[in-house]
Amino acid sequence: MTEPLYRADALTRTFTTGGREVSALAGVDLELARGGRLGIVGESGSGKSTLVRLLAGLDRPTSGQVWFEGREISALPERELGFLRASVQLVFQDPRSSLNPRMRVGQIITEPLRSRLVRRQLPADVDHQQRLEEVLTAVDLPPDAAERYPHEFSGGQRQRIAIARALAPKPEVLIADEPVSALDVSVRAQVLNLLTDLVASAGLTLIVVSHDLMVVRHLCDQLAVMRAGRIVESGPTQSIYADPQQDYTKALLAAVPRIRGTGGPTQSRG
Amino acid sequence: MSLLEVSELSIEFGRRRVRALDGVSFSIDAGQRLGLIGESGSGKTVTALAIMGLLAPNAAVSGSIRLGGDELLGLDERELARRRGNLMSMVFQEPMTALDPTMRVGRQVAEVLRLHAGTESGPARERVVEILGDVGLDDPERVADSFPHQLSGGQRQRAILAMALINSPDLVICDEPTTALDVTVQAMVLEKLDQALSVSGAACLFITHDLAVVSQVCNQVMVMLDGQIVETGSVEKLFSDPVHPYTRGLVATARLDQVQPGQRLPVVEDFYAGGRQ
Repeated sequence: MTEPLYRADALTRTFTTGGREVSALAGVDLELARGGRLGIVGESGSGKSTLVRLLAGLDRPTSGQVWFEGREISALPERELGFLRASVQLVFQDPRSSLNPRMRVGQIITEPLRSRLVRRQLPADVDHQQRLEEVLTAVDLPPDAAERYPHEFSGGQRQRIAIARALAPKPEVLIADEPVSALDVSVRAQVLNLLTDLVASAGLTLIVVSHDLMVVRHLCDQLAVMRAGRIVESGPTQSIYADPQQDYTKALLAAVPRIRGTGGPTQSRG
Repeated sequence: MSLLEVSELSIEFGRRRVRALDGVSFSIDAGQRLGLIGESGSGKTVTALAIMGLLAPNAAVSGSIRLGGDELLGLDERELARRRGNLMSMVFQEPMTALDPTMRVGRQVAEVLRLHAGTESGPARERVVEILGDVGLDDPERVADSFPHQLSGGQRQRAILAMALINSPDLVICDEPTTALDVTVQAMVLEKLDQALSVSGAACLFITHDLAVVSQVCNQVMVMLDGQIVETGSVEKLFSDPVHPYTRGLVATARLDQVQPGQRLPVVEDFYAGGRQ
């Protein structure tokens, strides 16, 4: 059997706040093959974001291990994590706070290429200008966007900039934490189409965190449902949607707001 | 006569007179629930703020807004303050910024009561606990004694809702009341809102960009585009048989469940290309 791209064993993460111990992750096991598209769903506080922070090497587990390409990243010091930083890129929920307002879009997007850790992992001859133009085209932004500042763009466009930055070092894995939650419904469709295309064309491995089950259903072929720091149900997305086993998963599915009167499941209200 | 009558409302901002609303007219009857949908920047919130008399001083307003027959435009701050929280109230999107972080929740809710009804603090406390229970908070006594940061997002938003309802206003304006919340919490808050409105009989202007959400609360919907209302109708009619191409686009983008996973989702531009970027 080939080694999965990601493997997590018995991950726990405990935070101490004001003398109290809060367990954010209470024993999570996970495997993700190269090219897989994993959705992680659950309510606020279920541990979704903590889990992806550990996978991205942005935080250390209290106990347990994370392997990426067969190397135990949870045991490596930061200076040896360059390969991970170059291979795994993140897109966050709110492009207003994840883009530096004082940098031009071009600088923002090429910043990962200039990072000391990432730089050494890339071919020596990467042409920053050329790569910038490539990723701007990939996310459907005009070339002159590079000279402008984030505040000149709409929410959907800013999320495209964040995606372009993530793509710049040609990562293998894209982790998106609530990538469309801050966006209008009408803009959401555009960004989801973009993500679908990019993942298919670049052969990315995708990890999506969301509380919106319809978004995850659209993007991901595997699903992990989290509650109180544990994965309570996991498997192929289609089968979990068709036949959820856990009451918690059923409740999450039932909570998705549906439009009345257009053939969807109806509710008598009004 | 309708409870709220807005006619030919136009609003421009600043010296450059940037037009935010362009001849908007609609009315809400007593007890009626009207949804207002549209995307960011279409003018939804400006409409709400104009009704509440909360626009920035650099706004140039023309037209008419009548509540219970009285013209609201041109009223001085004292007259408006007498109506706000009493005849009309508003629920904002972000409950953490709408609540005072240094004040216990019960006192904040009681303040609305004291300002308008002049209720003494003893009876006010009883009424506050009662209304916190009405909006579905399990332990209203504890919530009343808590500071906002000690509550969850859903609890905070229901405390705001209690504040908006405590004086039994005729009109409640909800501006994206569940956008900042989890799906499960959103479902619960919408249910409580639905019940609380039914009990109080208040009319509601419900603002959102999410068509699925509006269909949970409202029977009538207006669609706003670039400061104008482009379509109005019943929820069923609008969603099953939209007329304006922009509305058709909005309805199509909202139906994520109708598209095979991984297939291209329809976008508004497939239906409506006009005048926007």
